[in-house]
Amino acid sequence: MAKPAAIIGQIVLYGAFAAFIGYFSTNPIYKQIPDDVALVKLSMSHLGGRECRKRTADELAKLPPNMRAPLDCPRGRSDTKIVLELDDKPFYEVIMKPTGLSRDGVGTVFKRFELKAGTYKLAARMNDNLVNPGYNFVKEEQITLKPAQVLVIDFNPDQGGLFFRQAKN
Amino acid sequence: MRSVFERTEIAFDGAFGGADNPLRHLGALGLFFLWILVVSGLYLYTVLDTSIDGVYNSIGWLTREQWYLGGVMRSLHRYASDAFVLVMFLHLLREWAYGRYHGFRLYSWVTGVPLIWLVFISGIGGYWIVWDRLAQFSAVATTELLDWLPLFNGATARNFLAPDSINDRFFTVLVFIHIGVPLMLLLGLWAHVNRISRVDYLPSRRVMLATLAAFLLLAAVKPAVSEAPADLAVVATGLRLDWFILFLHPLTDLTSPAAVWTLIFGITVLLFALPFLPHPARQGIAVVDAPNCNGCSRCHVDCPYEAITMAPHPDKRGHQIAIVDADLCAGCGICAGSCPSSTPFRSQQTLVTGIDMPQQPVDLMRQQLETGLAKLSGRHRLVVFGCDQAADVRPLAGTDTVAMSLICAGMLPPSFIEYALRGGADGVVVAGCRDGGCEFRLGMEWTRQRLGRSREPNLRQLVPLDRIEIVPVARGEDRKLATAVAEFRRRLETMPETHSKIPAFTRRTQHHG
Repeated sequence: MAKPAAIIGQIVLYGAFAAFIGYFSTNPIYKQIPDDVALVKLSMSHLGGRECRKRTADELAKLPPNMRAPLDCPRGRSDTKIVLELDDKPFYEVIMKPTGLSRDGVGTVFKRFELKAGTYKLAARMNDNLVNPGYNFVKEEQITLKPAQVLVIDFNPDQGGLFFRQAKN
Repeated sequence: MRSVFERTEIAFDGAFGGADNPLRHLGALGLFFLWILVVSGLYLYTVLDTSIDGVYNSIGWLTREQWYLGGVMRSLHRYASDAFVLVMFLHLLREWAYGRYHGFRLYSWVTGVPLIWLVFISGIGGYWIVWDRLAQFSAVATTELLDWLPLFNGATARNFLAPDSINDRFFTVLVFIHIGVPLMLLLGLWAHVNRISRVDYLPSRRVMLATLAAFLLLAAVKPAVSEAPADLAVVATGLRLDWFILFLHPLTDLTSPAAVWTLIFGITVLLFALPFLPHPARQGIAVVDAPNCNGCSRCHVDCPYEAITMAPHPDKRGHQIAIVDADLCAGCGICAGSCPSSTPFRSQQTLVTGIDMPQQPVDLMRQQLETGLAKLSGRHRLVVFGCDQAADVRPLAGTDTVAMSLICAGMLPPSFIEYALRGGADGVVVAGCRDGGCEFRLGMEWTRQRLGRSREPNLRQLVPLDRIEIVPVARGEDRKLATAVAEFRRRLETMPETHSKIPAFTRRTQHHG
């Protein structure tokens, strides 16, 4: 039979165990970002362009009949350059490298930025074939970010290339 | 660190006693929590609707409308998982502190390391199933952490970019993972304890009831509830985070994915490498002497680490012989204590037993005992058998006391106690580890059973139990041992001179065979 002191000791220790589990299962409250901050996520997965060359008639004639493709396209893909500007000032720049040993896989980028809630002029420019100068995809827009709101900068050729995605204000 | 555990365990013994001390049964406690998780998880699974809105609504319905059963089950699932993580880390820390990670324990240590990964994969994935803001936060944070690895290369976080990024099937896969990974965990746990015998699969009934009561109390006072529904269009912030399971996310925010992966892989590699780093030399292993092994298999039954198997005897037809697996042998000597040939009453000049420890053979034990008994003087003469792993008995040696420390108290053949009492001792003290704290798991338990005549080899009926005192004392409790021995000696003094005395015995020596 346990002594009263031992019973009290057990109650105290099991109580402390329950309190420890109970407290740290939900506390302290965690805030990932300050109250007045929104999040911009740049997330893309894109296959870079490549420069195909038209084969000459002589070259085609030298090939077996079943391999006479008019274009000679290298397997490797171009790096993709992305530039972000905020209120006309350069904000972020990244080069997406094609994946794979032959550099023929999609390049990906994921980057998150914390911005104070407010209105900004956001521009995203992309060149997916660096043998050409300039940017072949551009998206510029006036955006308004609420606190804790998420804006995604993404790319989808079916949606016209670069686009910004955020919940309706 | 070891002394911190030892002192805390001794303090807890005061309240719980050794058998019910949760700190001495952390592994079994973890298994009990796992069974709570399995039972509560199966119940939760039966009501789960695995569509995007369905997961949140079905769990929410369970919490609100069926709070008396479903809500309690959900809280049990939450708190048992947190407690599981807590006892898992305490178990890891304790085993490391006691140096139980090399030699014959290498296998158990190494098989335990991957289980930590499985626990966190299972725990983190479990939070996603609710698909509330906390799930959203964890899913986004986890995928962003994974994307840092070249293997994923930034692709997984795209699955949680916007509200329309996920579909209903995601939760079907998630539930499949959340059931599959714990099944792997159970398989891993089976492997983890595979090389030890008589595993504590569950703690004592009192410990189970008390911890279950603690969880039920938490479920009543602070039931587990969901955050607001997930909305990937906004950042989930101001969260009631489960710091036991999801602490990696704030740590990543505070440092970087690179730092967190370095920490995770670094700790994993360190844990795997620990048994191969310099550590104390291992004990000598048990040696079988074929002519003296009669194949009774008591050593095979008593070995705490399943290091002994039985095989056909090479010289005695129809008999068996014990075979020791050197990799599994702890060198505890419990087998020597269980061997019926380890009796000092045998007349051979050199006592050779069936299975023995090279570092402390039973012949040496008999020589030391006989030498000590011959020198004893005084009215109340004692023999104190101690254990190298418990309080030190050697300071007790004196003109009226023989003190002999064994590798483990379980190494003491009961016949040595009879031999001591018939050789001139008035009483015998057996000091070993505290209940539940035996360095070799079963040494003290077997000793108690042998002296209690419920386990072979028994203490013979003619030996009076009132002249034997068993003292459970941990390492460092030398003063407590001395007090217990003095108290026992006083008790012997109050006995009439002839009370429960057994016939004296003097061994006739034989110089052959």
